[in-house]
Formats: sequence, C-alpha cells, structure tokens
Amino acid sequence: MSSWAIIQQSLPMFTKGFELTLWLSFIGIIGSIIVGLIVSLLQYFKVPVLHQIASVYVEISRNTPLLIQLFFLYYAFPVIGIKFGAELCGIIGLVFLGGSYMAEGFTGGFNGVSKGQLESGKAIGLSRWQLARYIVFPQGFSLSVPAMAANVIFLIKETSIFTVIAIPELTNTALDLIGLYYRSNEYLFVLVIGYAIILIPLSIILTLLEKRVRYGSFGN
Amino acid sequence: MAEQILQVEHLEKYYQKKHVLHDINFHVDKGEVVTLLGPSGSGKSTLIRCLNGLEAYQQGTITFEGKKIEPTEKNWQQIRQKIGMVFQSYDLFPNLTVMDNILLGPTKVQKQDKFAAKKEGLDLLARVGLEDYANAYPRQLSGGQKQRVAIVRALALHPDFMLFDEVTASLDPEMVRGILNIIQDLADVDHMTMIVVTHEMNFAQQIADRVIFLEDGHILEQTPSKQFFSAPQTKRAQEFLDSMDF
Repeated sequence: MSSWAIIQQSLPMFTKGFELTLWLSFIGIIGSIIVGLIVSLLQYFKVPVLHQIASVYVEISRNTPLLIQLFFLYYAFPVIGIKFGAELCGIIGLVFLGGSYMAEGFTGGFNGVSKGQLESGKAIGLSRWQLARYIVFPQGFSLSVPAMAANVIFLIKETSIFTVIAIPELTNTALDLIGLYYRSNEYLFVLVIGYAIILIPLSIILTLLEKRVRYGSFGN
Repeated sequence: MAEQILQVEHLEKYYQKKHVLHDINFHVDKGEVVTLLGPSGSGKSTLIRCLNGLEAYQQGTITFEGKKIEPTEKNWQQIRQKIGMVFQSYDLFPNLTVMDNILLGPTKVQKQDKFAAKKEGLDLLARVGLEDYANAYPRQLSGGQKQRVAIVRALALHPDFMLFDEVTASLDPEMVRGILNIIQDLADVDHMTMIVVTHEMNFAQQIADRVIFLEDGHILEQTPSKQFFSAPQTKRAQEFLDSMDF
C-alpha cells in the first residue's frame, strides 16, 4: 500500500484520538485554572493552614513528573482501594500537575503588580481586600496571561503521556497503529500534523491575546 | 496660636540595623505649608511616608488631629483617608479610567454618593484643566497630566492634609510649572495644610511658610521660609543652598 493510502486509512482512528486529546486537554486546562486560582488566592491571602498545604501541594506537583503521577493514580491507588478509569486518571493527573503551574502563574502576576500601585492604593485608603479586588487582581491577571498561555500549550503537550495508561488519545493512537502495522513514518507524520493543527493556531491566538490584554491594561 | 494638626515626637526609624531617622520632632499648624529640604538620601521621603503609614517607624508618636498614632497602629486605613498623598511616579491605576481612578477612594472607601462624587470629580478635573479626559486611560496622558490626575485623586477624598513627595521630579521641565501652580493654588485658595518634599528651590521659597532641613536623618533646622533662604541657621543648610542652582 502506498503511504498515502496508509494515512487515509488511519484517519478515522486519528480523528478519534484527536478529539479525545482536545477534550481531555480542555477539561484538564479548565480544572488546572480553577485549582491554580484557588491555590494562588490561598497563598495571596495567606489563609492559615490552607496556604501551607497549598505550598506543599505546589512543591510536590511541580517536582514530580506527570508520568510518575499517572502511574501512582493508575497503578498504586487501586492497591489502597481507590480506583479510577483511565480517562479520569488522566484528567486528575493533568489537573494535579497543571494546578500548580497555573497557581505559580497567577502568583507571579499578583507579585508583579508594582509597589507604587500598592502604595497609591493604600494612600487613598483602600482596605486589603479592596486593594486586591480593584488593583492587584485586575492587573495581576493581565500580567499572568503570558505564563497562562505557556501553561496551556505545555498541558496540551503533556497529554501525550496519557498513552502510558492506555488512553486512546493522539499519541496512543499512533503508537498502537505503529505496533500493528509497522508503518512508523506515516503514523508519526500524522501524529505531528495532529498536534500542529491544535498547537500552532492556539499559539498564535494566545500571542494575540497577550498583546491585547497587555495593551488593554497597560497601554504598551 | 494656630491650631496644630500634626505633631511628631521623638520619631525613630530603622531599616534593620540602619538608623535612618533620628529623634524627629516637629509640628504642622492647620493651613501651614511646610517644605522638607535636604540632600538626596537625607530621609525626606522616608519621613513623609511615615506620616501616612507607608513606612513603619520603631519609636515615637505621631499625633494627627488629636489622635495619637503609636508605631503599632493598626488602623492606618482610616487615618489615611484624611491624609492625601501624591507620589513622584504618579502611580495612577492603569486598568482604570481617569474618572474611575478618582472615584475609587470616594465611592468604595468613603461610600460617598456616586453621582455627587462624579460631579465633584469633574469639577476637580476642570480645575486642573483636564475636564475632557474623564474617560481616558492613564496611558493616554502625558506625565504632567497624570500627575494632575493623581492630585485630583487625592483631593477627591477631602483630605485635611496633603503630602507631596517630589511630585515634579520625573516631569519634563515644561510640565513642572503647571503642577507647581496647582499646589500653590491649593495653598492660597483652599488653605490646604501640606508638607512638600521638593528639589525646586524657587518653588519651595515661594510656597513654604516654614522649611524643615534634614540631613542624614536628623532635622538640622526648622526655620520660617524667608529666614531659611536669606540666612539659614546652620552652616550645612547654607552649603546646601549654595550648591543649588536657583
């Protein structure tokens, strides 16, 4: 069979994998943003006890590979009686990983608000909460957009690791097909195209968004 | 004798081990304009930042409108509403329009009626020649315009006392006059009580009732303005004046 025919034949399976990658990424990113937001707020307001727990979480999450986190969820947790399906494992793993990256992104944004801004806010009598609500959060979120954008791309790429727990996303689909038919060149080619279709347009959109948000809030 | 609005007694300030303000004692009368002069690093900015709680001090008391403020004061947020401050770097909020910059304090902190506060904001903007800029964002303004908005933002809270921390130091020379005129106007027309830190000697001479001269965190002299500029009491102040070009 010609390479072209091989590729054509595999497209329905790749489309399924493609959709699954998109879907898992989407859920994982939304979850990561929510977790990241909560963690960064706990840390910003230094909520007793919870902010220490949040810090421990960030350290564990950032300093262990997703691969190991997934093995833990998929193979070790059932030993103590906690069992998830592969896809749920993947999402939990991605959110566990992404939550800390997003949290660091938000925290970086909050910390990036200049001292002068905080002082002029205090000087007009803003309370700690008002300072956060009107100055630190709006400016901090804008400042965190570049980090957020990088995290989004990073997390989508990390979904390729889901293949180790046999989630039939893009990478898993390609590896499966290669195992069956030994046509690595063709399938890897489709795999690369698959990720490029997701990531290149997204990256362009995020860059435009960064510029826009930056201009919207700071004018340069 | 004029009513005193502010007394500072035996104020000491340290940055870790570094002693930056030494036994600071002075008062300000209601309606009085005091300028703080002194070489760079003498502690002028640090001192006025202590007066609205942006810098902590370790010993001494500040008494503002009869209320004693100890170094442990927790309620600066209340006190600050009566003390307006304008900074060298303007520090308008870039995420808010000019009008929202002005309204934030009056409506969110002081819960003033929004409609009335807005009307007053427009009047104040008109007073500094910026009535057409209410809906502009800070990025659309020049440095001088930003600083005028910053002054309006402080005035909108109806402060009894204003602190100006080198407010013309980052402006182009042609912008400086406009800002100084506004401050002069506040003194002459509103009889606003103020402390002005500045390097504009002509302006200091023009506006000040009294000069406090600081060096290395010590107040070397406090003299009525006329006397300070014609015959300062200390040799150090004389040298300082000689070194300034005005």
